[in-house]
Amino acid sequence: MSYEIKLDIFEGPLDLLLYLIRKNEIDIYNIPIALITEQYLSYLDMMRSLNLDLAGEYLVLASTLIHIKSKLLLPPAGGDGEEEEGEDPRAELVQQLLEYQAFKEAALLLDGRPLLERDVFKRGAPEEEPLTAEETDDALVEVDVFELVTAFRRIIAGTGIKEDLEIDAEKMSLSDRINEIMEILTEKGQTTFTDLLGDRTDRRRIIYTFLAILELMKLRMVRAYQSGPFGAIRLFPAVEG
Amino acid sequence: MEEKVAIIEALIFASEAPLAAERIAEILPDADKNEIVSLLAALARQYEERGGGICLREVAGGFQFRTRTDMAPWLRKLKASRPAMLSPAAMETLAVVAYRQPLVKSEIDRIRGVDASGALKGLLEKKLVRIVGRKDVPGKPIIYGTTRKFLEVFNLKDLSELPTLRELKDLQGQQE
Repeated sequence: MSYEIKLDIFEGPLDLLLYLIRKNEIDIYNIPIALITEQYLSYLDMMRSLNLDLAGEYLVLASTLIHIKSKLLLPPAGGDGEEEEGEDPRAELVQQLLEYQAFKEAALLLDGRPLLERDVFKRGAPEEEPLTAEETDDALVEVDVFELVTAFRRIIAGTGIKEDLEIDAEKMSLSDRINEIMEILTEKGQTTFTDLLGDRTDRRRIIYTFLAILELMKLRMVRAYQSGPFGAIRLFPAVEG
Repeated sequence: MEEKVAIIEALIFASEAPLAAERIAEILPDADKNEIVSLLAALARQYEERGGGICLREVAGGFQFRTRTDMAPWLRKLKASRPAMLSPAAMETLAVVAYRQPLVKSEIDRIRGVDASGALKGLLEKKLVRIVGRKDVPGKPIIYGTTRKFLEVFNLKDLSELPTLRELKDLQGQQE
């Protein structure tokens, strides 16, 4: 016998069992255990073949079903079995199924109520403001060295470098530049790569600034963020101060 | 509008949480609780008759202005992200806790036939379920119950307003 398999996500073994009972239009008080056990086990096989994580509870119920099935096959114990038919081995399972079914229904009823923040709203409920277009654009992304290098290249390219051959160029050391940048950051709280360069676009200054930022990032004294590809790279001091 | 009704309206409007009738009675000392209850009913009726987007609802033991259910589509647009709704597993767990509280986890596991740890943790985090205490049996298992927030979220006056659980028919009774 083959089953048309529709993969539902079951909330557990009882849920699967209820599903099978519904599917076969079976009276819950009179479950054909053999049929249901067979279908239940083939579902487990299917779930296993799909590599679904099979919770141990599924196997427990499988063994319960098989146990009930074997009990039903055995002739009633004792000679005086006629008058006292003995308890239906299915009774406990049916009770459990009914109880579970009742709660499943209750869960649906609860879900059908007008839920706060879904169907009804109260005044001043914490508003999760939709990001305006502007904000979305400005959302900061942490950048790594590669973005920084790209920005650096772009600036170099943008300068059109016409180096004046001023021999007595501004003497600048890396540590000076680092200190300058840190001062700016402490003062302003944040700055951008382009701002740091100002209109001074001699190659040396660009390179020192770039190196200083790399050094500061390495020392974890600043953090660099970018608002998107080719956006301005913003620098923030890594520690509050 | 009667002055007292206006005051009550203002109180509820300005209140963060559902405002209990008792609290209103403390603020309006010259009105007793019965009077306040009837004033609240009058206020609720006024809102209803007005046919506006707001109604006065009794939730979690107090009164609160809430939007009308049929306004939801527009409000959802206003609120960008839809709040994370509960998964079926969480909903079932919550239902078991709500109807059977106070209860321990093993009871939830038994009813649902699966381990409820994950669902329970989520419900605790969402503050829909709380730890009520510990059961005085070996292992001192934790006892769970629902919270005030549960009533607020599910639009319930109190636990008695829960939809009735379908009667569990006694199996013996069913079989004559």
